[in-house]
Amino acid sequence: MTKAPDHISKKKFMEELYRCKRGSVTRRHFLGVTGLGAATAVLGSAMPGLKPGPAWAGDIGDRVVLATWPNYHDPANFEAFTEATGAHVQVNVFGSNEEMLAKLQAGATGWDVYVPTNYTITTYVSEDLIEPLDTSRLPNYDPSAYNPRYAEAGSVDGKLYAVPKNWGSTGFVANTKQLKGAPTPTSWREFFDLTMGDLSGGTIVHDYQLTTIGNALKYFGYSFNSVDEKELADAEKLLIDSKPHLFAISSDIQPSVRSGDATFAMAWSGDGKQLNTDMPEVVYILGEEGGELWSDYYAIPKSAPHMDAAYALINFMLDPAVNVKEVLAHGYPTADAKTTSMLPEALQNDPILYPAQALLDVLEFGAAVTLTDPNRAELMARFKSA
Amino acid sequence: MVMLVLPLTVVLIFSFGERGASGGYVPAFTLEQYANLPARWTAFKNTMVLAPIGTISSLLIAYPLAYFLAVRADPKWKTVLLVLVIVPFWTSILIRSYAWIFLLGGRGVPAFIDWIGFGSVRLINTPFAVLVGIVYGYLPLMVFPIFVSLDRLDKRLLEASSDLGATPTRTFVQITLPLCVPGIATGCLLVFILLMGEFLIPALLGGGKVFFVGNALVDLFLQSRNWAFGSAVAATLVFIMLISVTIYMRLISRLGTRREDVSLM
Repeated sequence: MTKAPDHISKKKFMEELYRCKRGSVTRRHFLGVTGLGAATAVLGSAMPGLKPGPAWAGDIGDRVVLATWPNYHDPANFEAFTEATGAHVQVNVFGSNEEMLAKLQAGATGWDVYVPTNYTITTYVSEDLIEPLDTSRLPNYDPSAYNPRYAEAGSVDGKLYAVPKNWGSTGFVANTKQLKGAPTPTSWREFFDLTMGDLSGGTIVHDYQLTTIGNALKYFGYSFNSVDEKELADAEKLLIDSKPHLFAISSDIQPSVRSGDATFAMAWSGDGKQLNTDMPEVVYILGEEGGELWSDYYAIPKSAPHMDAAYALINFMLDPAVNVKEVLAHGYPTADAKTTSMLPEALQNDPILYPAQALLDVLEFGAAVTLTDPNRAELMARFKSA
Repeated sequence: MVMLVLPLTVVLIFSFGERGASGGYVPAFTLEQYANLPARWTAFKNTMVLAPIGTISSLLIAYPLAYFLAVRADPKWKTVLLVLVIVPFWTSILIRSYAWIFLLGGRGVPAFIDWIGFGSVRLINTPFAVLVGIVYGYLPLMVFPIFVSLDRLDKRLLEASSDLGATPTRTFVQITLPLCVPGIATGCLLVFILLMGEFLIPALLGGGKVFFVGNALVDLFLQSRNWAFGSAVAATLVFIMLISVTIYMRLISRLGTRREDVSLM
């Protein structure tokens, strides 16, 4: 009984990590199957390059620990940081904000820098888990260069806690070769109606309460963030009615879309971009009723053991010359105008990365209450077990 | 001993507490979490139906395989064949499940079934796919205890039975099968216990539509961070296992006593 069959070895973990980096697994799925604690433990020990270096380290210490999402950085930038400062960057990979929050709530993590999403920051502030930022230690942070829409969640009650990293949207992908004559849908209403109609059996919804319930709410034109009882009841009925017609409830959409098993799938813009690049017939669509817009931030937890190194790393990553390499590596847009202007023209005009303003205007940021509302969590559980 | 008891104690304490406003655990003494258990009834029902079916299916496939390996296989090849049974264990169940996702997906077995003219079928993301994954994933755990009990079987008993005029079938039913009951019992217990906590195979091969208690727990701890309710569900699962394993042990030991009676006759 010592050999649990779902144990994941170091080697397999690394393979899975590389799969994830290649984009065939989403970060939420990755976390789900590997277990987040394992990510921390294994990355630290399995990659010699990430171990603390010899005693030649500078003033900021010999290492800095970063908690982030998979496939979200250019490793060459970390090497350049180590070169410049002597501090090694130890990367811990996570699958969801919920896990990050759970870890920080459970106690000291050893992280120096982490990348919370907009809707979690007020929770971190109210739980006293996040350090206010001293902008004098971040000379590369120029607030005027940032689109305020993707930066404002970093400040709570006028105090700066987090600086913008990247942003994106949540829409859906459709394989236009498998629509059986239906025109390419443009709304969440069509997404669900076609799922329950002609295209039954080919739809994936996320295994994630925030987006799956939020997008079902948009079907009725309600707010993505609604916690209203009646509106949630409508969304629940829609989800349960559509369940027999679903292909899967999973955040790992790429394998099934690539194999042609799935025609429709809820998708983060990164998934949409990667699928569209490899399969031009798969298009990324923002529902015209709206949907989710998100923005990730760099922040420092209260418990950070290497505070100086944390500031140094964030400042380094905000340098437009470094940031542009980040964007080229992971393909998510940044709110920093200086960095954006350095990107290749084709990327600046990419409709998946930078959707038309009219589509962007109706999108909503997830709210803190959306993430923590127990009724939404229970609704999701009822939907999954229905 | 402390290592064994401590986590269970924490789970028990948490199960009487409450969820914090933004998740986690707040100390309290309430039975609210247990009162809320019916909200996960489907998960318990699915697990308690599919775990025994999975165990029995594994047994039905593993027994002939173990019998072949222990009794029929050429001793020269025995080790090689045994290693072949273990080889899949060298790779994580995660990777192997992905292979099944492809095999059972639209371009795998269903495409073949369609091609030979039996029409289109959906295999992936059904309870059947989960069952296939379970039988496949747990096969070595079932094969080995049975193999060991069959391998240790004194072959002279079989010769004696045959010399005394018993047909091969009768020898199998009266000698071979009773003597490997301990192996079968161990294999079934191992597979059943692990299946009750399974979450990976239903998530991957069931496409999130086949919901086990293990999946409910993953969601409660990692998504909604309702540790108190999650602990109550976990404690209830442990309690159900305790009862079912006790009943199972009783049955097996009774079977053992009856066998002695038979052999005395």
